[in-house]
Amino acid sequence: MLFYFIRRLGLSVIVVVLAVTILNVMLHLVPGDPAVMILGPRATPELIAKTREAMGLDRSFPMQMAIFFGNVLRGDLGRDVFTDRSVTTIVMEQLPYTLMLITASIAWAAALGIPLGCYSALHRNTWLDKITGVLSVSTISIPSFVMALYALLAFAVGLKWFPAVGAGEGFADSFHHLVLPAFAVGISWVGYLARIVRASMLEVLGETHVRMARAFGLRERKIVVAYALRIAVLPAVTLIGAGVAYLLSAAVFAEVIFARPGIGALIVKAVDSRNYPIVLGCVLVTTGIIVVATLISDLVNAWLDPRVRENL
Amino acid sequence: MAASEENVSIADHAKRTRREPGALRQYATQLAGNPLGIVGLVLVVLIIGCAILSPWIVPYDPTQIFVGPRLGGPSWAHWLGTDQLGRDTLSRVIAGSRIAMLVAVATLGTALTIGLLLGLIAGYGPQWLDNILLLLFDAVRSFPVIVFGLALVTLLGPSLQTVILVVAITSVPIYARIARTQTQSLRNAEYIQAERAMGAGTMRTLAIHILPNVIGPLLILVSMDVPLVIATEAGLSFLGMGVRPPTPSWGTILNDGYGVIRNSPWPVISGSVPIVIVTLGFTFLGEALRDIFDPKLRRDL
Amino acid sequence: MPQAEPLLTVSDLSLDFGTPRGRLHALRNVHFAVPKGRIVGIVGESGCGKSTLAHSLMRLVPGNADIVAGTIDFEGENILELGERRLRELRGQRISMVFQDPMTALNPVTTIGRQMYEIQYRSKRSSAEKRTAAIEMLERVGIPDAASRLDAYPHHFSGGMRQRLCIAMALLTRPALLVADEPTTALDATLEVQIINMLKDLQSDLGCSVVFVSHHLGTVAELCDDVVVMYAGEVVEKGPVREIFHRPSHPYTQALFECDPGRIKEKTRELPTIPGELPDLRNVPGGCIFKARCPKAFGRCEREHPEPYVAEGEDHVARCFLLDEEEVAA
Repeated sequence: MLFYFIRRLGLSVIVVVLAVTILNVMLHLVPGDPAVMILGPRATPELIAKTREAMGLDRSFPMQMAIFFGNVLRGDLGRDVFTDRSVTTIVMEQLPYTLMLITASIAWAAALGIPLGCYSALHRNTWLDKITGVLSVSTISIPSFVMALYALLAFAVGLKWFPAVGAGEGFADSFHHLVLPAFAVGISWVGYLARIVRASMLEVLGETHVRMARAFGLRERKIVVAYALRIAVLPAVTLIGAGVAYLLSAAVFAEVIFARPGIGALIVKAVDSRNYPIVLGCVLVTTGIIVVATLISDLVNAWLDPRVRENL
Repeated sequence: MAASEENVSIADHAKRTRREPGALRQYATQLAGNPLGIVGLVLVVLIIGCAILSPWIVPYDPTQIFVGPRLGGPSWAHWLGTDQLGRDTLSRVIAGSRIAMLVAVATLGTALTIGLLLGLIAGYGPQWLDNILLLLFDAVRSFPVIVFGLALVTLLGPSLQTVILVVAITSVPIYARIARTQTQSLRNAEYIQAERAMGAGTMRTLAIHILPNVIGPLLILVSMDVPLVIATEAGLSFLGMGVRPPTPSWGTILNDGYGVIRNSPWPVISGSVPIVIVTLGFTFLGEALRDIFDPKLRRDL
Repeated sequence: MPQAEPLLTVSDLSLDFGTPRGRLHALRNVHFAVPKGRIVGIVGESGCGKSTLAHSLMRLVPGNADIVAGTIDFEGENILELGERRLRELRGQRISMVFQDPMTALNPVTTIGRQMYEIQYRSKRSSAEKRTAAIEMLERVGIPDAASRLDAYPHHFSGGMRQRLCIAMALLTRPALLVADEPTTALDATLEVQIINMLKDLQSDLGCSVVFVSHHLGTVAELCDDVVVMYAGEVVEKGPVREIFHRPSHPYTQALFECDPGRIKEKTRELPTIPGELPDLRNVPGGCIFKARCPKAFGRCEREHPEPYVAEGEDHVARCFLLDEEEVAA
């Protein structure tokens, strides 16, 4: 177990390092002075000189990378040149909103999608199964920002049931503000999860051990839950873990469209003002979120499946 | 489990590539039996037709302002209404289909070529190279597409080329991974082992035996990725990070609509129609094609 | 067979599968009995319906299967007419089953011990007693260090061991009838012998009846008291094992013996096979089901469907006109 953790963490570190290296290398590959790139339109000669020094641009490239990673390891993502605030602080302020949004999206999508897939598998070819099938394909394929726009149009602008702007304060208000963005981000995952659970449920229900459980006269509900669903959710768990990257993309749109604070809104604003340190900080944090999400999904899989647990 | 599934799919595929005469007709019959597939085919043909014929079928000049009232709803003169500058939305949407298709063809073509190459190298080359490439694929895949795209946009500036680059880079690992697994299982197939034992060269084996069998499943996946690519382009343009105005792209049309969402719902509704049509169309068609050609094929997410 | 009263009697059982290309008549007028305390073997080529028959004894047939006629009488009840509730009480309690592939027959994410408690859920015994019963049964099937193995998962065991586990689970509830569907097909030859010997010992200890499905004639000869030979969904010959093996009366049974590698005495380069193909069960041809592949077929085989005719020896019947007294006389 400990070994697994170390290996997994090692892999994650490599992935993060690679990701940041790629972005750093690109910064240097783009024609022009990297310091000017970082400063964007605000570049003044003094600022450029200051940034060049901070980045170690007069030193060798490996040295620059070392400086950069050293800073990252100390939690120092640099300073926003404009406000001179620490990038880490700026990013961390926004992180909870995004985490809340993606957690809420996964939660409602799983709470609806998994039972729906299970029901569809058990009642194959009934009208509800067929409708679920078509709706799944449709919600999966329609991009999340279109969903977000529809939700905004229908429930915020039209019906005025939910607020259109911001994140709210206090529990009830925050929840009220969270409903539409979480709906828009999670809706395609209802279809996704329903589909994958249905498929794997059908596979498991056809397996010999389910037949054997029936041959022993076990209760049907026991067979469905303990013998089939427990195994059928494994691919869904993996899918959620791997899908957090997609959820984050969807969260960017939801945050922009509903004018919510969050990493997505931050990065879009930073790109607009060509604020590279903030962009890099956001990339690091999102990569971190993805790494943690994969880790969690691996752990849940290990908890559900002894074969995975022992291979860790 | 996944590995054995893939083996099956390859075996099936190898079988299917030896087509009997009339196979095409058989596929057509199978497609005809799938109502969603038909719907998909019709929608796809509609959109591709629009993209090709757009200069001749647009009712108005898509960039001409005040051809109609500002923020007009659908009417006989303007089927999808007009935007905040009085431009005809239908014309803009039809013109936008060109951009969407251009991006789709350019990115998927690039991604497929590079992905296939890297996949063949990883699957057929030495183990250490395979490991390095896999790690690279995973690293790129663990970026959310949009966040990665935004980082690139900061460096390169927003443009059509940046969008194509972003989507291509993020799609390469998906295809490369699948090409790699397919190559690996083919590499160990008995008939290829035998061929190699008889002294066939690497290039010959790759070109004659592996490539044709790897490319088929990949093409199906590519066709299923069209909506994803179009959605990413539209998304980036929506955020103002892709195609720049006044070029009509579906994303910028939606962005314009979003800006006036409180004044009129029509620009957003009309602007989203083509995206919904194209994503549903390609998905329905892709699903039907997958069911017909390769039921076992799944994305290795 | 007359010495013991039957525990299970299958009469006139017919089963269809609904397929996209029409109804497949997988079992037709199957008739046989399992006497108390005896082992009945069901043999035949793959696809002859023997596994379907075994599964329908517990009504464990897939969703597209449709039992169109017949009765399965077990301890005075017709299994085919039981309500779900009563059926569930019989399953695992009075009848239990061992499946073909031990690698997939156990729940992969639950410990052996847990699975063995769960199948005793009807029993009012304390969990300590259930545990003891499980350990005792595991020891009987030859699982070493049984008590500590209760916490192990199926994937910790080899194929042979897993089949032992399945047999232990099947016998844990002391059923009156054990249905074993090709339990040794997936195992290699040495393991097969071990499992067969173990089954034989357990059966004589526990006194239950066994329906043993196999395509391996040697195993059947080794283990069974009675044999039912199936071809293309029909019972073509049945009788005590000794009679069937010494005096096979149906040309199909004879051909089956000729093809059994274990029984070939001369040195040949090629293994003999039965020429021809299985008939299409979507369109069952009239007359004798085996006529197309039968070296002895004659005019009547085309026209009529043979009854089970009495063959030499006690309780030995075969569906072949060659045994009909009229033909013998002619």
